[in-house]
Amino acid sequence: MKPHNIQFSLNGEKVSLQVEPSDVLLDVLRGRLGIKSPKVGCDRGDCGTCTVLMNGKTIRSCLALAVEADGAEIVTLEGANSRPWTQKLQKTFHKKNAFQCGFCAPGVILSATELLEKNSKPTAHDIKEAIAGNLCRCTGYEPIVEAIAETVKG
Amino acid sequence: MDLQKLITKPKKGSKSIKAGDELTVVGRSVLRVDGWEKIKGAAKYTDDLEFGPGLLYAALVESPFAHARIKSIDVSKAEKLHGVVKVVTGRNFTQKFGLYMNDRYVFATDTVRFVGEQVAAVVATDPKIALRGAALVKVEYEELPAVMDAVKALEKDSPLVHPDLKSYTHVPWFFPKPGTNIAHWRKIRKGDLAKGFKDADLVMEDTYNVPRYAHCAIEPHSAIGLYDASGRLTMWTSSQSPFTQRHVFAETLKSFGLSHKDVRVISTYIGGGFGGKAGVTMEIIAAALAIAVPGRPVKLLWSRAQEFYNTYQRLGCTAKIKMGVSKAGKITALDFRLYWDSGAYVEYGANVVNAAGLSASGPYKVDNLSIDSMCTYTNLPPCGAYRGFGYSEFLFGLESHITRMAREMGLDPVEFRMKNAIKEGDTLPYGAHMNPTGIRDAIERVRREIRWGVKEKSSDPRKAIGKAQVCFWKSPAMPPNASSSAFLKFNEDGSINILVSGMEIGQGLLTVMAQIASEVLSVPVSKIRVETPDTDRNPYEWQTVGSHVTWGCGNAVKRAALEARERMLDLVQRVHCLDKSTLYLEDQHVKCRTKPDFALRFSDFVINGIQAEDHTFKGGPIMGSGVFMPEFASAISDPETGQGGHPNVHYTTGSAGIILEVDRETGKMKIKKVALAVDCGKAINPDLVRGQIVGGLLQGFATVLYEDIRYNEKGKLLNPNFSDYKIPTVMDMPDQVVPIIIEVAQPDGPYGARGVGEHTMIPCAPLIANAVEDALGVRIKSMPVTKEKVALAVKAAGK
Repeated sequence: MKPHNIQFSLNGEKVSLQVEPSDVLLDVLRGRLGIKSPKVGCDRGDCGTCTVLMNGKTIRSCLALAVEADGAEIVTLEGANSRPWTQKLQKTFHKKNAFQCGFCAPGVILSATELLEKNSKPTAHDIKEAIAGNLCRCTGYEPIVEAIAETVKG
Repeated sequence: MDLQKLITKPKKGSKSIKAGDELTVVGRSVLRVDGWEKIKGAAKYTDDLEFGPGLLYAALVESPFAHARIKSIDVSKAEKLHGVVKVVTGRNFTQKFGLYMNDRYVFATDTVRFVGEQVAAVVATDPKIALRGAALVKVEYEELPAVMDAVKALEKDSPLVHPDLKSYTHVPWFFPKPGTNIAHWRKIRKGDLAKGFKDADLVMEDTYNVPRYAHCAIEPHSAIGLYDASGRLTMWTSSQSPFTQRHVFAETLKSFGLSHKDVRVISTYIGGGFGGKAGVTMEIIAAALAIAVPGRPVKLLWSRAQEFYNTYQRLGCTAKIKMGVSKAGKITALDFRLYWDSGAYVEYGANVVNAAGLSASGPYKVDNLSIDSMCTYTNLPPCGAYRGFGYSEFLFGLESHITRMAREMGLDPVEFRMKNAIKEGDTLPYGAHMNPTGIRDAIERVRREIRWGVKEKSSDPRKAIGKAQVCFWKSPAMPPNASSSAFLKFNEDGSINILVSGMEIGQGLLTVMAQIASEVLSVPVSKIRVETPDTDRNPYEWQTVGSHVTWGCGNAVKRAALEARERMLDLVQRVHCLDKSTLYLEDQHVKCRTKPDFALRFSDFVINGIQAEDHTFKGGPIMGSGVFMPEFASAISDPETGQGGHPNVHYTTGSAGIILEVDRETGKMKIKKVALAVDCGKAINPDLVRGQIVGGLLQGFATVLYEDIRYNEKGKLLNPNFSDYKIPTVMDMPDQVVPIIIEVAQPDGPYGARGVGEHTMIPCAPLIANAVEDALGVRIKSMPVTKEKVALAVKAAGK
C-alpha cells in the first residue's frame, strides 16, 4: 500500500505529513506530532480517553485512521484550552477538584465542550449522555457532573 | 532536638508553633495542587514521555496454554525480520523475583503456568514490527494438566503448579506447604471455639463465593528502560512503588553488576493504580530488555488485554463461614475458612491472603475465633493487591452472614452490629489491642441517614425497595518496617520544594503533603511544590499502597517541616539573641511574642542567612528531613495461632447503608441512596476524603453489579476489554451519595489522620446482597449480584 500525503488543521495550525494507510490518528498525533493530551486507554473505542474534536465533533482518535483527518480541523485539549466553553469548564473542574488521576480529563473536557458549544442549557440527562462514552475509574463521576452543571449555571 | 515529642504532644498553651492553636490549613478543602496541570492536559504520564528517534519497542510472545512444558523456542525467523533488533528469552534471566516470595520469573524458562505468560520478547524499531516479529517466534509446548480452582487445587491428585516450592525464599511470616499448592496458610486461633459454639443459641454455616476482578485503571501499564554505557539502569515506570521496584530490579539483575545506586526509577503521574500498579509486574520485563540492548531506550506498553491478564488480578475467594450467636445478640464463636485462588504466582497475592487472615473477624469483638486463610496456586493469571486487599472478599460473606443470623434470631441487624462492634482496647484476632475508633458514631450516623427501620415503597408497583447497613474495617497491610521519608527545602523567595516518594495516584497525596508542611511552616500551599518521585533525588518510601501514605508519608513530611522550623528558630535565637521559646512562625515570618515589632521574613534569610552586627552572615539554606517507621510493629507470631505479633499498625473503621430499588421482574437495581461514614482520624482535606468515598463506592458497586470475569475451561480469559467486562459509566451513578466523615484521632497520625483510600469500596457487595434480600426475600451468595442473577433467583423462589 502506498503512503498518503495528508494535510489538516491541528489546533489551528496547518500540518502536512506522509502516513501509511493503516496509521491510526491517535498514534500519529502522539507519536509524530507530539500531541499528548489524547491518551491510549483501550485501542478499541471503549474508554474515550483518546477523544479529540474533528470538525467540532468528538471522535475516538484510536478508531480513526490518520487519512480520515485529511482536510479536517482537528482540535485536541491543547488547542481547546483557548475556547470559551472549555475555559469556563476548566475553571469549575478546578474549583470542584473534579478529577483524581486526571487520565480521563482531556477526553471528558472535550466531550463536555462539544455539548456546551451545541447546547448551553443542557438538562442533567444531556450532561450524562454527553460524557457517557468517557470512562473514569476514580471519581464516581459525581464531581464531574456537578462541575459541568455548575458551569452551565455560570 | 526531640522531634518525636513535638509530634505526639502539641503542647497546649505553647505558642512556639504559631500564634493560635487553631489549624489553618489542615482540615480545609484546599484545591488540588495538581488540578490545573491535569485539567489543561499538561500532566505527563509515563507513555507521554519522549525518548527520541532511537526508542525501541517491545512485543511479547505469550503462552497459549494454562500449564505446559516449553520444549523449544525458535527465534531464527523473528531475528531475520527487518527492523528487529533483538529477541530475548528467559535464558539470560534466570533469577526469580517477588515482593514477599520469590516465585516469579522474568520470562517463563521451562514451564508456562497461565495463558498469556511471557515466554520471549521481540525488540524492534517500531511497535508494529515488534508485533510481527513476536508472531514469528515458534515455541513448542507439551501441555500439562492444569488446575483452575482454589478448592480443587487442594485435592490430593491435583496438578502441582510449583513442584519446587520448597526452594523458594519468602518473608518469615509466610507458611508455604511444599508438595501441595498451598503457598501460604495464615491461621488465627483465639479463645475457645468449641465453648463458643456451645454457648450459642444459633449456629449457622454457609459458603460465599467471590470471583476474580480486574483493576481497570484507565491508563495501561507502561515502562521504558535504558541501560547506559556508564552501567546504570534508568527505568521510567507507571508505578505506585518506585523504590520497591528499584529494589526488585537491583536484586533480580545483580548478576549484571547492578547495585541499588546504579538503578534509578522515575515515576510520573499515574492514570489510576488501585493496587494494580503496586509491586512489580511487567516492569521487570522492560528492565531485562534494557539490559539486553544496552545504550538504547526500550518501551513496553501493555495493551488493554494484557492489562487484564498479565498484571495482577484481585484474588478469587471461596469463604466457608460458621458462626454462633447468643439470644442476647452476641457473636459467641466464628470459624472462618477462606480459600483463595491466587493464580500462577503469588509473590504479592499471598500477602493479601495474610492480611485477610489477620482481620477476617471484621470490626467486631469475637472472643472465640478461628480463621484459616489459605493461599493456593492455580493455573490462572497471577493475583495481587487490589484496593481493599482481601477485605472486600471476606466482608461479602461475613456481612451477609451477620444480617442473616440477626434476622433469623429476630434481632435488628444494625443493633446487632452496634452491640458487637469493636472498641478501643479490645483484643484483636492476633492478640494486640484496638486503636481509638469511631465505629459506633459511624453506625449511628448512617442508620439515621438511611432511615433504618422505616419500610419504603416504590411508586412503581413493579419495583421493591430494600435497605441494608453493614460495617467495615481495614488496616494497611505492610511489612513491620515499611517506612517513609521526606526532604524539605526552602528557596530564595521563601517557597518550598518537598521531595517524597509517595505517589500521586489520584488520591491527592501531593496536596495533602503540601497542606501538612504549610500548617507547620505558615507558608501557603500555593508556595509549596511537591512532585512525583525519582529514586535518585527523592528519599525512600516503601510503596503507595494500603491507604498508608497520608499517615506514613504525612508523618515524615511533618517531621521534615518541624526540623526546618527548628533550624530557623535556632538561627534566629543565635543571631538576634531572642529566646527560642518566645519565637513562632506566622504568615511566612519568624515572630516573637515578647517583641511585637520583630518580624523576620523567610525570604530574607532561608537561603542567604542572617547578617550579624559585624556584617558577616550566619546560617545558610534551610532544609529539613523526616523519617517515619512504625517502630511498634512486628510480624512474627506463632504460626499455629497467629498470636504474639503486632502485624497491623491500626484499623480505619466505618459503616455504610443503602436504599436500593429492585425491579421484581428484571432484577434491575437502582441505588436510590447510599451513605458511608468513615473514621479517618482527621480529614486533612475533607473534599479529597469525599472524593475517595464517592469514587470508591462506585468502584465497589461495579464489582457486585456489573463486572463479571469469565474464563473458559482452558484457563483463557474471555472478556479482557471494556465491551465485555463492564465498568460503570456516568449512567450508573447512584441517585444520591452521602459521605460522612468521622474524626476520632489516630494518636500516631499526622494531626490524627489515618488512611481512607481503600475502605470506601469494601462494604459494597454485602450492602447489595442484603438489600436485595430485604427487598425481595432472595439471598444471593455468590458475587457478582447481577440483575440476571437476581431475576432468576426471584423466579426460582416463585415470588
